[in-house]
Amino acid sequence: MKKAQRGKKSKVVRYNRWGYIFLIPFISVYVIFQLIPLVSTVYNSFFENYRSGLSQVGPNFVGFDNYLKIFTDGDIWTYLKNTMIMWGMGFVPQILLSLLLGAWFSNKRAKIKGTGFFKIVIYLPNLIMASAFSMLFFVLFSEKGPINSILVDLGILQNGYKFLSNVWSTRTLIAFMNCIMWFGNTTILLMAGMMGIDPSLTEAAEVDGATSLQIFSRITLPLVKPILIYVMITSLIGGLQMFDVPQILTNGTGNPVESSMTLIMYLNKHLYSKNYGMGGALSVLLFIITGILSLLVFKITDKKEAK
Amino acid sequence: MRRKIISGMLAMAMAAAMLSGCGSKGGSGQSAKASDGGKVLNISCWNEEFQTRLKEHYPGYQEIDKTTGKIGDVTVKWKMTPSTDNAYQNALDESLLKQKDAAADDKIDIFLVEADYALKYVNTDYTLDVEKELGISADKLSKQYQYTKDIVTDSKGNLKGVSWQACPGAMIYRRDVAKKVFNTDDPKKIQEYVKDWDTFKQTAATLKKAGYHTTSSTNDTYRVFSNNVSSKWVVDGKINIDEQIMNWVKLSKEMFDQKYTETYELWSGDWQKGFTSASDVFCYFGPAWFIDFTLGGHDLDGKWAATDGPQSFYWGGSWICGANGTDNKELVKNIIETMTCDEKVMTEFVKKNNEFVNNKSAMQTMAEDKGYSSKILGGQNPLGMFCTGADKINLNNLTPYDAGCNEEFQKAMKDYFEGHQTLEAALDMFYKNVETKYPELKH
Repeated sequence: MKKAQRGKKSKVVRYNRWGYIFLIPFISVYVIFQLIPLVSTVYNSFFENYRSGLSQVGPNFVGFDNYLKIFTDGDIWTYLKNTMIMWGMGFVPQILLSLLLGAWFSNKRAKIKGTGFFKIVIYLPNLIMASAFSMLFFVLFSEKGPINSILVDLGILQNGYKFLSNVWSTRTLIAFMNCIMWFGNTTILLMAGMMGIDPSLTEAAEVDGATSLQIFSRITLPLVKPILIYVMITSLIGGLQMFDVPQILTNGTGNPVESSMTLIMYLNKHLYSKNYGMGGALSVLLFIITGILSLLVFKITDKKEAK
Repeated sequence: MRRKIISGMLAMAMAAAMLSGCGSKGGSGQSAKASDGGKVLNISCWNEEFQTRLKEHYPGYQEIDKTTGKIGDVTVKWKMTPSTDNAYQNALDESLLKQKDAAADDKIDIFLVEADYALKYVNTDYTLDVEKELGISADKLSKQYQYTKDIVTDSKGNLKGVSWQACPGAMIYRRDVAKKVFNTDDPKKIQEYVKDWDTFKQTAATLKKAGYHTTSSTNDTYRVFSNNVSSKWVVDGKINIDEQIMNWVKLSKEMFDQKYTETYELWSGDWQKGFTSASDVFCYFGPAWFIDFTLGGHDLDGKWAATDGPQSFYWGGSWICGANGTDNKELVKNIIETMTCDEKVMTEFVKKNNEFVNNKSAMQTMAEDKGYSSKILGGQNPLGMFCTGADKINLNNLTPYDAGCNEEFQKAMKDYFEGHQTLEAALDMFYKNVETKYPELKH
């Protein structure tokens, strides 16, 4: 009896060992490509370390000076605001569109033909490189570009509209591009969630005489909430790291008046002089901001579920 | 920890590279001073311009493929990185910083620089002294334009690079528009309409009435002002804005408000629309290469003409620098001499490539040559005008920060011109962005 028990235990231990072995690839990749860079970023942020021309300045230990400089400049809040505005402008229509499409595609009664085809089509924009996509928009919406020619030829406008010289048109273009690029991805995620819902629930509701709007808001929406939270947090993190689209569209300036300058574009500017100190400090702050915002989203949505 | 691992790995890689370098040279020893007669000539540059010149005009250069060639038994390796977004300088910096430890065959032997950032390299030991270290006599360089030497002279007065071209600029205008508005397209008469900035502004008003934009963008005139400054961008570590630059701001704001011009970025599609007959742009400011490589090839070929414009200026140019640590000193010297001092070769540049070369006597001869004319300029020979322009260029106020300052200044002013913010706010934004690029500067 005792012997048998011991044998069982050691078997468990042996299985555990396999677990650890299988974890090695992930852990080693994680440590090399995530943890070490993370720690070294924090470490670098305490140093004055940049290149002036071809001569290296530093690294000299300066404590929290880099952080202090970022806060006294105060630009980080403007850039954070820009980033959040542009993310919000892109995310709200994106999630609405995705919910709608997801509901349609997963609705068994609608019997939409060629869903596979449409799923591919809506995902396609994500396959284009963001930089190519934004280069395309840069040309399309330039003052003498095709969009303006069409508008002028149709008599809608007298002269070409300066899309990229006005705050809200620039932001709208960036938000629109992000929305177009990511709604396919979100749709597929939400659809996966919706298809996992037991059809007997909706059928029962139908028998009880619920309208499709009621089914959607009372059954589908609450049940895809975990996926919705996941989509929201990943999109938030992605949104805070918004870079390629505005960088290319505004030629790295964030014009007009830096109203479309995002946090990562600001970070990129420090890398012109290989300023690892300031870059590191900014990255650490970004890390903290992302953490706080993600927690916030999580907390808010979690509470509602408790009710 | 990571640093240790990386530095350990780098050290190993370096040791391996050194060993292989030794092996190929048959163990000729590692002298600190580079010996001569290396088998590989590495050239760093940002486009094909110099390669084409070398291919067409350097005796004995054989092309193998796009990035390799051969001169005698020396293999020429081209390392091309486009200059967009500072990529060329970034790549060059990395190679130069590794220069000391690189194997002889991997060391950069020649690299090219542009005026805007030349001083960044010229003021370091990474460039060889043309006279003292490469041994090119001052006599041979005597026919070159002074400004092309000033740009690449370091703070101690040593010449660190040589250029085969000079890039004095001119105002290039449309003949058909000139005829319509001023009843003449004669460069001498048009010059009267643009002889100084006040007259230029009045002329702009006339052009506006006739339905034309004077320039394509406010940035078109920027270079003309910034080349004529009387103080540097940076004085004692502080950012300094010259009066001339502020004059440009004043003129440009007025011109934009009156719709005499727009605010496009140079090289953008909107800016280039003016090269075609469908546009309403009267003139551009540019040097000889601008006429052939940029303006030409559209439907207005032959309908342009050039005149001095309000002030003399230059634009662009490439300088050849010998890299410290080269193992092909003789060859580097020979290439520089052939490409930049040999009058015969340089005259070929003019005839074949319409280049304005860095040789006073060659250019004088060509300027008087009745047989030479520019097709794009409708048969005008602009060289005489460029010759006088080249003598007037004065570049005593260059700093290594010019590239960044010029770029950020134009970006910041665009917001002011378009009325998005006040001049003070735009200037503050300029200061802030320059200080981000160059953390050592203050204002």
